[in-house]
Amino acid sequence: MAALDLHIDDIGKRFGAIDVLRGICLRVAAGEFVTLLGPSGCGKSTLLRIIAGLERADQGHVRAGGRGLDAVAPKDRDLAFVFQSYALYPHLSVHDNIAAPLVMRELSSLERLPVIGALLPGAIQRKRSIQERVRQTSGLLKLDALLERRPSALSGGQRQRVALGRAMVRKPKIFLMDEPLANLDAALRIHTRGEIARLHKEMETTTIFVTHDQAEAAALSDRVAVIFGGELRQVAAPADLYREPVDLDVARFLAQPFLNELAVAAPIGGALMIGGSRIIIRDALGSGLAGTLAFRPEHATLAEKDHPGALPVRVTRIEHAGIDAHVFVDAEAGAQFVARISAERARSLRDGDNLGLTIDAEQAWFFPSNGSRQRGDHSGAA
Amino acid sequence: MILGQSSSSRIVSHAVLVTGAIIMAFPFLWMILASLTPQSEIFDGSLLPTPTLHGAIDNYGTALSAIPLLRFMANGFVVCLAILVLQIAIAIPCGYALAKLSFPGRPILLVGVLLGLLVPVQIPTIPIYIALAKSGLLDSYAALVLPWIISVFAIFLFRQFFVTFPDEVLDAARLDGFSELSIAWRIMLPAAWPAVVSFSIFSIVAHWNDLYWPMVVITNPDMMTASLGIAYFRQAGEGAGNVGALMAGGVLVTAPLVSFFLLMQKHFIRGLVLGRH
Repeated sequence: MAALDLHIDDIGKRFGAIDVLRGICLRVAAGEFVTLLGPSGCGKSTLLRIIAGLERADQGHVRAGGRGLDAVAPKDRDLAFVFQSYALYPHLSVHDNIAAPLVMRELSSLERLPVIGALLPGAIQRKRSIQERVRQTSGLLKLDALLERRPSALSGGQRQRVALGRAMVRKPKIFLMDEPLANLDAALRIHTRGEIARLHKEMETTTIFVTHDQAEAAALSDRVAVIFGGELRQVAAPADLYREPVDLDVARFLAQPFLNELAVAAPIGGALMIGGSRIIIRDALGSGLAGTLAFRPEHATLAEKDHPGALPVRVTRIEHAGIDAHVFVDAEAGAQFVARISAERARSLRDGDNLGLTIDAEQAWFFPSNGSRQRGDHSGAA
Repeated sequence: MILGQSSSSRIVSHAVLVTGAIIMAFPFLWMILASLTPQSEIFDGSLLPTPTLHGAIDNYGTALSAIPLLRFMANGFVVCLAILVLQIAIAIPCGYALAKLSFPGRPILLVGVLLGLLVPVQIPTIPIYIALAKSGLLDSYAALVLPWIISVFAIFLFRQFFVTFPDEVLDAARLDGFSELSIAWRIMLPAAWPAVVSFSIFSIVAHWNDLYWPMVVITNPDMMTASLGIAYFRQAGEGAGNVGALMAGGVLVTAPLVSFFLLMQKHFIRGLVLGRH
């Protein structure tokens, strides 16, 4: 099936005095899976609704496959939407829910009538073809045994599959999904995540997926678009995003679950001064502004107290997490850090131990107080 | 000891309810018995008339032959059905628009609907009568039906019902290719079914029993509805002064409504407690 590319140009939206979206530009290639990731209220769902045509943008344009969509009604945009609440028709059976988009598009209002409809020429073949496609879809989603049920008699996971089926059945060129996994329990969420990835691989439909869960975004997407306060901050492949966050908000949001931050004075001579020792990192330090040094727990190492260049710290808490452990430490100036070390090593540590903390300078980031991070020479692609 | 305490208070409350029920039911019981009793024996001094087969045949025979009672009931049936169908046909899209579509003037329209609820029918009677007279519609089904087809009560009832309906389902429907009207008919109407059923009962009862409006616009006996027919029977023709036959007519006119209510009782009560879940 042919997928369409999607161009979002300079989209802006205001609700009253609040700028919900500001100058959003995003190009999604045909067949690509892009996640809109951000905290709740950041505008990501509004952007999705604008793409679907359910909400009108105050500025900017949406184009799909080169065709401007701004004046096109939602039903004519050739895209399907999966809602967080599933939005199934409560009075229709599973079969009729999945068939609804086909029935509404392919049968005339006369042909939809129960008795008269059957008498019209061609209606029977069309109805049969609709039934055939509903069965194919329900087979794909393992809904065959549930076709006669009403949504109220289904579990959350089953409703979710019906919602997917209703979106898939007419083979749209673009899929929009608004937190479709948010109402499922943890195990089912991971299972369904796999199903969505599998379906996307099979159908290769361009997909925009909204979520606030970074793990979901990383697991599913070709690229992730991070939105904060109505602004698109960064668009990158999950691995690049994790390695090269563009600003502190993005770095914090993608911390799983902790991020070490340390306010530092303006760099001197290409180096930052931390606890009396110079740290040279790979980020370009820019115009000599103060800022924040940030690094992940796995890029902090715990060494002996008098290790050269190490920050003296004291262990306050140890959290075991399977193969690793998070060690919380206090530094002298009231700063707090987390180091991620192997659970094996953590067993020899006790609360109150005095240690030295070293930072893997290659992996640390410097965010100047005035905005985005300047990448050094050997940064990865974005 | 909640149970022990309540058993005595339950006896009291049941006694009150039974008394109330007897007071309510007694006129109907008397009507049924009187309709089966010969005219001369109805007021013989006992509390309840004593039915006889001969009296029954006599009274029902008079009721059906002296006036075209079946014709009156058929008129009432046609009028009630036409009113109900048109009321729903208008109120469902209106309620949907007031509940779920945003358009300029919506709040004012809603206030208009609420104000409409406050206006008793007697107030616009004369202008509507003049309008019907000038368009030559007096003494027709149109005169009985048209003034009622916009029910602000129905619009408000359905609007209240639709307001709580999830917006995402409507968005899904718009993406699936439903037009706004097909959303109203294919999604909102089935969802509002309990409200439609209870409104239907209100509407049918009100218009079947309505005496006021038919009296204003109908003078031709051929166009009379059941209630007006009974009133006509009481004053004119052979029925005048014949209480037994009058009661037989009353039984015949009441029977369809009572059986309709018994059939729909479950839905009716569900519709009344609608707001609670």
